[in-house]
Amino acid sequence: MSDFLSMLSRPLHPLSAHWVVAPILLPLFTGAMMLLMREERRRIKAAINIGSTFLGLLLSVALLLWVDDQGTVGSIGIYLPGNWQAPYGIVLAVDRLSAMMLVLASTVALGSVVFAAARWHRAGVHYHPLFQFQLMGLCGAFLTADLFNLFVFFEILLAASYGLLLHGSGRLRVKAGLHYIAINLGASSLFLIGVSMLYGVTGTLNMADLAQKIPLVADADRGLLHASAAILAVAFLAKAAIWPLNFWLVPAYSTATAPVGALFAIMSKVGIYTILRLWTLLFSAEAGASAAFGGHWLVAGGLATLAFGAIGMLGSQKLGNLAGFAVIVSSGTLLAAIGFGQTGLTAGALYYLLSSTLAASALFMLVDLVERWRNAGASIAPHELSDDAPFLSATLEYEAGMNLDDEEEILIGKAIPAATAFLGLGFMCCTLLLTGLPPLSGFVGKFAILSALLNPLGLGVAGGSAPGLAGWTLLVMLITSGLLGLIAMSRAGIRHFWAAHDRGVPQLRLAEGLPVAGLLLACMLLTVQAGSVMRYVQATADSLHTPASYIEAVMGAQPRLSPAAAAAPKATP
Amino acid sequence: MELMLSLAIGVLTGSGIWLLLRPRTFQVIMGLSLLSYAVNLFMFSMGRLSIDREPVLVAGVPLNLLHYDDPIPQALVLTAIVIGFAMTALFLVVMMASRGLSGTDHVDGAESGE
Repeated sequence: MSDFLSMLSRPLHPLSAHWVVAPILLPLFTGAMMLLMREERRRIKAAINIGSTFLGLLLSVALLLWVDDQGTVGSIGIYLPGNWQAPYGIVLAVDRLSAMMLVLASTVALGSVVFAAARWHRAGVHYHPLFQFQLMGLCGAFLTADLFNLFVFFEILLAASYGLLLHGSGRLRVKAGLHYIAINLGASSLFLIGVSMLYGVTGTLNMADLAQKIPLVADADRGLLHASAAILAVAFLAKAAIWPLNFWLVPAYSTATAPVGALFAIMSKVGIYTILRLWTLLFSAEAGASAAFGGHWLVAGGLATLAFGAIGMLGSQKLGNLAGFAVIVSSGTLLAAIGFGQTGLTAGALYYLLSSTLAASALFMLVDLVERWRNAGASIAPHELSDDAPFLSATLEYEAGMNLDDEEEILIGKAIPAATAFLGLGFMCCTLLLTGLPPLSGFVGKFAILSALLNPLGLGVAGGSAPGLAGWTLLVMLITSGLLGLIAMSRAGIRHFWAAHDRGVPQLRLAEGLPVAGLLLACMLLTVQAGSVMRYVQATADSLHTPASYIEAVMGAQPRLSPAAAAAPKATP
Repeated sequence: MELMLSLAIGVLTGSGIWLLLRPRTFQVIMGLSLLSYAVNLFMFSMGRLSIDREPVLVAGVPLNLLHYDDPIPQALVLTAIVIGFAMTALFLVVMMASRGLSGTDHVDGAESGE
């Protein structure tokens, strides 16, 4: 296994700088190519989509292994697309955190696209290109090292997500989509205001350069700097679904088609990622008077989000809402844990991020299978059947091949007798993962957070400071939210699995069971490999909280001279 | 000039937010448009307001920022305008779909009295 992995990362070395841009270019080209193909060629498109996403996963794993070169402190890959030096040109950077997010996004995306290829991609047009553009936006947001490109990639990601959210259409989706788009457009305006204010104060948009400039900001301008950071943070916190800004999330995620919901599980984590990246970079210990600015707001917001999510889970009648609130709970936990600004806690939070995203994604797909079983094979919930799909004009009507009913079952897959057992087991795994019960990775993640709260210096070392009021609150709320989640999930489980006597065996296709099983297996792998994953996230957290090496790598990246210029003697400008 | 610009931004933002909170989709999209104009103007002002400065390099003018306008906010505004335009178009489509599906232009898809 490790031989294979090292083989995967080895070819990256000589051309390393150029591989950094590959996770953005791959989906861009795949998506653009698929736009040129006729809509009827769905089978080919699906195959290309799955292949490209799988390739993207391999690529991100290779980048991760390369970045995590254990001999060095942590190699950071820098790519200068315009061949201009750092503060002036566009910079892409991949470090441990970016690489981890890339792998996570590709894993979730692979699960989602396989699931969609079974039936959901036929519910509307242009599913596959949109999916690839969404991936492109995600990868770009994780890789970019300057704020304005972050905005551009955010907009790419959002534009594709609007399309995906409306995929399949129907009144409920359009209604939820309208709110989702309006809120995100508002948040984008805030993003722009924050970015331009930050530029007005510091004169740069490169994140590493910003980190260097912030200690130099005059005291008179510090208020302005903090205001701009706060405005920027509100934009990201709306994406990350913090409490007063998250009422759009549950309707949008639960009305989206199942594979889209599964992919969206990573979307709120983009908000978390940017907050973690910018906050640790701009307001690190070296930031002088601005060090750790706003940390207690993150903690407070996170705790409020956690409470809201837990109560929401308890109140959910629909399974889809349950999954949506599970995403909110995970956002709240992450924000609160990150806000403390301790390396141990951040490491625990990063592990929890991996586990909870995979679990939430699996739950979204599982919910679809369970609901379909409940509705006796109907792929669309009964309350959506009455509405016409507005985007299906005369040429794009539901044709015979688009029939989503059971008649096609024989052609594509067959019923697995153990389907009920699979659904039940899958639901149980999701419950264990999301509520943080042993033995799965949800428990490991929560345990890492709790132990870092109680022993900031590490297990077995006495003399660490006590958690304090915020720490104790987080501790109590983490455990309570787990309990509430458990109550909600077992209630839903009883209603959907034990009270199912006259419903028959669910029709389950291999292509739909596979991604759910795969994501759950990935969680189990996280549990089995907890030691090495914890080492990785600990190293990630360490480098996040001492950003000097990141700044040095970005600012020190030298543009490549053209062969002619390299041969010629140094010319004066 | 500072007063004029800040007043313009303030009025645009205020009207934009007011419209954004209204119950009809048309008002919402107008609000979003006004808000994005305000944001664009704001971005311009963040490059420092100046009169009689060249936007591009000109022969005979010394090569430092005292004599030239900051080009970065202009690049940002240009990008923001393009993106904002595309998003507004998309939002318009969704708005019309919502109108067609629900038969009302209320943002909730139903009149509040029903």
